[in-house]
Amino acid sequence: MAEKEKMTLILFSGEMDKALAAFNIAVGGASSGMDVTIFFTFWGLNVIKRNEGSIKSKGIMRNMLNFMNRGGAKRLPLSKFHMMGMGKAMMQRLMKDINFPQVDELIKLAKELDVKFIACTTTMGMMGITRDAFIPEVDTFAGVATYIAEARESKISLFI
Amino acid sequence: MKADVTVDCLGLYCPMPIVHTARKMKEMQPGQVLEVVADDEGIKEDMPNWAKMTGNEFLGIEEEGGKLHVFVKKAQS
Repeated sequence: MAEKEKMTLILFSGEMDKALAAFNIAVGGASSGMDVTIFFTFWGLNVIKRNEGSIKSKGIMRNMLNFMNRGGAKRLPLSKFHMMGMGKAMMQRLMKDINFPQVDELIKLAKELDVKFIACTTTMGMMGITRDAFIPEVDTFAGVATYIAEARESKISLFI
Repeated sequence: MKADVTVDCLGLYCPMPIVHTARKMKEMQPGQVLEVVADDEGIKEDMPNWAKMTGNEFLGIEEEGGKLHVFVKKAQS
């Protein structure tokens, strides 16, 4: 086949269900021969934060934010019926019943399929977090121009 | 229908059957036929569409006791 078609997703949300939707589409696109990029911004950065250790920031407000907004693929809440984690546990059980992968497994699968991860540096600056807050799967740290450069060549572009 | 390679996707839902199909097809030779065994009925629509997008040939589906046997032929190029 000729030049691969492109798909660009913006993952703005930091909830498990929305991340699942984004990765489902990303993995489906990559399996259908597309070049897929996910641009993680704002709450979406939580999806690609590392699960282990603490994430430090500077200043009281930023440290408070990072404490409440710790993130990590395993810590994402549900956007509905989270119920302090009870709803999420039940949802994960249902996913398991149908052999559906969890977010951290989908991250691995997406990387196997060469899905590109871009982390938004503006959000990082605002929230006071650095590269070491993230999983090694992140390919690029960049801003809107990089997203637009990718998106303008994309057949599919979604904001989730 | 006869297949050269079979991939078991029973109990799996979208997008996993497509992911496994794409992965298996990569290992196969042009002209070979892949049989995907699945039970998520979404595959009835998904596989013809996947084949169209990727340039492979969708050969058909055989249903048997709740199981779907989906056949795709790998493209020449």
